[in-house]
Amino acid sequence: MDLEEAKEFKERCTQCAAVSWGLTDEGKYYCTSCHNVTERSKEVINTGAIPNTKIQAISRGLKRKRKLEKGWDWYVCEGFQQILYQQAEALKTLGVGPELKNEVLHNFWKRYLQKSKQAYCKNPVYTSGRKATVLEDNPSHSDWDSEPDLLSDFSCRSFVESGTDSQPDGCPQKPFPISKASQSETASICSGSLDGVEYSLRKEKGIVKMTVPRTLAFCYLSLLWQRETITLSDLLRFVEEGHIPYINAFQHFPEEMKLYGRDKGIFAIESWPAYEDIYKKMIEIAKFLDLPRFPDITEDCYLHPNILCMKYLMEVNLPDEMNDLTCQVVKMTGIGEVDFLTFDPIAKMAKTVKYDVQAVAVIVVVLKLLFLLDDNLEWTLSNIAEKYNEKNKEDKPWFDFRKWYQVMKRSVDEKKQKWEEARAKYLWKSEKPLYHSSIDRAVVYKRREMVVSLQKQFSTLVDSAPTVEKKSPSSFQFNWTEGDSARTCFHGHGLQGILKKKGQSMTTKNSLYWLSTQKFCRSYCKHVTTYEESNFSLSYQFIINLFSFLLRIKTSSLHEEVSLIEKRLFKTKYSKTKKKSRSRKGRKY
Amino acid sequence: MSDFSEELIRPKTEDDQEESCVFSGTGMSFPWLQKHIGTVATGGKKEKDFAQTTNACLSFIQEALLKHQWQQAAEFMHSYFQILEDSDSHKRQAAPEIIWKLGSEILFYHPKSNVETFNTFADRMKNIGVLNYLKISLQHALYLLHHGMLEDANRNLSHAETWRYGEKSSSQEVLINLIQAYKGLLQYYTWSKKKMELSTLDEDDYAYNTASQNMLNHSWKTSVNLCALIQTPGVWDPFVKSYVEMLEFYGDQDGAREVLTNYAYDEKFPSNPNAHIYLYNFLKREKAPREKLISVLKILYQIVPSHKLMLEFHRLLRKSEKEDHHKLGLEVLFGVLDFAGCTKNITAWKYLAKYLRQTLMGNHLAWVQEEWNSRKNWWPGFHFSSFWAKSDWKEDKALACEKALVAGILLGKGCRYFRFISKQDDEVLRKKIKRIKKSVKKHSIVNPGL
Repeated sequence: MDLEEAKEFKERCTQCAAVSWGLTDEGKYYCTSCHNVTERSKEVINTGAIPNTKIQAISRGLKRKRKLEKGWDWYVCEGFQQILYQQAEALKTLGVGPELKNEVLHNFWKRYLQKSKQAYCKNPVYTSGRKATVLEDNPSHSDWDSEPDLLSDFSCRSFVESGTDSQPDGCPQKPFPISKASQSETASICSGSLDGVEYSLRKEKGIVKMTVPRTLAFCYLSLLWQRETITLSDLLRFVEEGHIPYINAFQHFPEEMKLYGRDKGIFAIESWPAYEDIYKKMIEIAKFLDLPRFPDITEDCYLHPNILCMKYLMEVNLPDEMNDLTCQVVKMTGIGEVDFLTFDPIAKMAKTVKYDVQAVAVIVVVLKLLFLLDDNLEWTLSNIAEKYNEKNKEDKPWFDFRKWYQVMKRSVDEKKQKWEEARAKYLWKSEKPLYHSSIDRAVVYKRREMVVSLQKQFSTLVDSAPTVEKKSPSSFQFNWTEGDSARTCFHGHGLQGILKKKGQSMTTKNSLYWLSTQKFCRSYCKHVTTYEESNFSLSYQFIINLFSFLLRIKTSSLHEEVSLIEKRLFKTKYSKTKKKSRSRKGRKY
Repeated sequence: MSDFSEELIRPKTEDDQEESCVFSGTGMSFPWLQKHIGTVATGGKKEKDFAQTTNACLSFIQEALLKHQWQQAAEFMHSYFQILEDSDSHKRQAAPEIIWKLGSEILFYHPKSNVETFNTFADRMKNIGVLNYLKISLQHALYLLHHGMLEDANRNLSHAETWRYGEKSSSQEVLINLIQAYKGLLQYYTWSKKKMELSTLDEDDYAYNTASQNMLNHSWKTSVNLCALIQTPGVWDPFVKSYVEMLEFYGDQDGAREVLTNYAYDEKFPSNPNAHIYLYNFLKREKAPREKLISVLKILYQIVPSHKLMLEFHRLLRKSEKEDHHKLGLEVLFGVLDFAGCTKNITAWKYLAKYLRQTLMGNHLAWVQEEWNSRKNWWPGFHFSSFWAKSDWKEDKALACEKALVAGILLGKGCRYFRFISKQDDEVLRKKIKRIKKSVKKHSIVNPGL
């Protein structure tokens, strides 16, 4: 953009005689070939021609340049809006329907601004100081009873119309009043945004403050509302793989939105989003926004355990036939019910289901039902299957747990190694370094320059092939094919060796079962149980590790989820004999 | 290349302490332990994933270096540079040194690296975190030396020598001395080449004068460069050696003696066997009295009882008139043969055999018994087993004969080694073995009455 603006300056450089000018932050011309800075500065500021996004839409009239900082006036919430916008765009390119951005996320965000008294209300925090009075136009609960209400609440679509300057003139409310020049001049000393300092100091009770991790919570809420085929673990994985902007999202802010000082603390992120954390934030935001009951999760939804189980069975290369068993477990435990699955933030105990974790836990339970996973029975059954497969090469092969373990172990170890290496190679720092104050600025930029030049030098030592090839986004992380012995596909293998006929129905040959948790935490510590790895069989450890790596969650949270499913499945056992260490239970299918 | 003003402003006392601990004391340092302590100190608060990345990256680099996977190490290094931007100023300031160590190692071995890449890297690193400037300059010079680029190395050292930054800390002073000394060493190298040239010239030749004048200039500059370092406690063998050589060449024997004496006897200096060896050799060249030579070697004997000079020490002691020197002479021989590396040293055995006889003839059985008492438990197995008898006889008959005599004297004629050798029927050695048998009969300390 700078180069564009500097085109009209046609003099030759006094140092190198080139005619190639750029504009410095101070608005002076510098030579792009020899970095010589002239005394001449650009006089006409022609902001109208800059094709900017919604920042103009939402804060029109604020884009005059300030004398000191030479950037636009912008508010912290606009920064978050910018990030949300980027994320929504990214989700759109991932194949999510456009309604998510245009309607759902847009409305959630507007509602947030309103609830947090930042905009869309009669006296936002910015005009009346921090002691904002009760919002007069705060919609009551009744407005939110149904879906259409939510989506047609406001006519102002500033979030939607991007890339153009054409905001409907009839927009009734200007989100931010302009009459605060004096405030902004002082505030801008320690931040690039107008309210960065104030924002980082604000601690109002009952208000959920926006943070960068919470943008993901917003994204997930919208995905959930739309019942999209992206689970939370998928979302976080896409973030990790760089398909959704998150770390250094501020890099892509418009050039004129300067970030420094307090903005650093608000927008710079030095950690990956964690499943549990985003999950909690999502519920918190949903409650804060007072959202109505979400659309029903029915059997034909992707998030329904039956479908997710099928997906994860494919992902981890288990036989399709197991799907019957997972469906039965889902039915018996009642976790497939609409009321259980649907998120209702205004219910007494707002709690949503971790759909992905739960589906995986069901598979673990089924594996335990079939193979017991006591480091003994699964191998015995494998021997039987192996012998059968050797004799009957033409038939549909029996599922051989040992073979499956070998294939999975190798693949997962490989994946994990690659994942760890990629994490170690991850470059956290943005090309646009953030600094605390103008004194730091030179040092920070110098440092960046140094790092870049060192990196450049070492990149010549690396093979010419790009090391970090960007993976195209996929819901699946593994790829199984028939024929390739390293990636053998077990989807078509049968369970005959493990099941036996009993009258009309089939039962598992294995009639034993052990519970992952005998006692549940009854105190208020909030966790269900603990997971001490060494107390469990190696097979169980392997399975738990495998799935928790897949979802990028802690092993303990998967173990908890397994325990919760078992609690529902063996209700009677838990209520009657709590102290029995190993329960015997024959199950009929 | 310009410096980071931030690091210029802040005094870095911690680093100074670290550096000084490398140079003082035992000379050992435990970088991993230090790192470990570092992480313990900052523990408690949750580590950000950025820190996890850099830590993981560091261990990947270390692993790759260990496995000589330079390519991979370079790949991870590419990411590790971001630690220079760590928001934790503690880590950020420690980073340049780590990066320099890892990076220079990678560039030293990487197939795609060359002198030019190394130079660029070194120049860049010198200016990140000023306190590493001297260290990096020195290592850079050593790298150039390794590649035979003496002139570039010299230029580098001269550059570093004149570098000043504010108030030098004491550790930096040592470094400057070291840099000057290396410069001196390079000058010595040229000097010594000139000396060689000079030795081929005729003294009446016209060129001789200019050449010798040239040499003189060099030596003067060199001695200035070297003597500052030599006075600071430390192990400076190559510097001392070349300095002394030049002093001797110009006839400054007193100067040389002073340097060497100081190097060997100053208590502030770490114990260093070479210091005594240099002094001994110098005194020997000077034809110093025997008494003096013995006193120097006595110290060496305490530090390295297995040193090859010990046999020379024994000869000196044997020739001495004092009785306690004679006793020490026996001790020294036993001491030498205590070491596995000396078991096949025929001279040592020959001396021992001869000296045992001599001592016993001089009626000093008590001396022998004193030495033998502490060894009689393990020497028979260590030296005089039948395995050794067989293999010694096969490999070196003369050695076997000497050892047999010693074994006979110390263990009596019943001992396996002696019995094996004495049973051998060898035409050439028949007479010798007979003589051995005779002296064993005469001198054996076992049942001396018989």
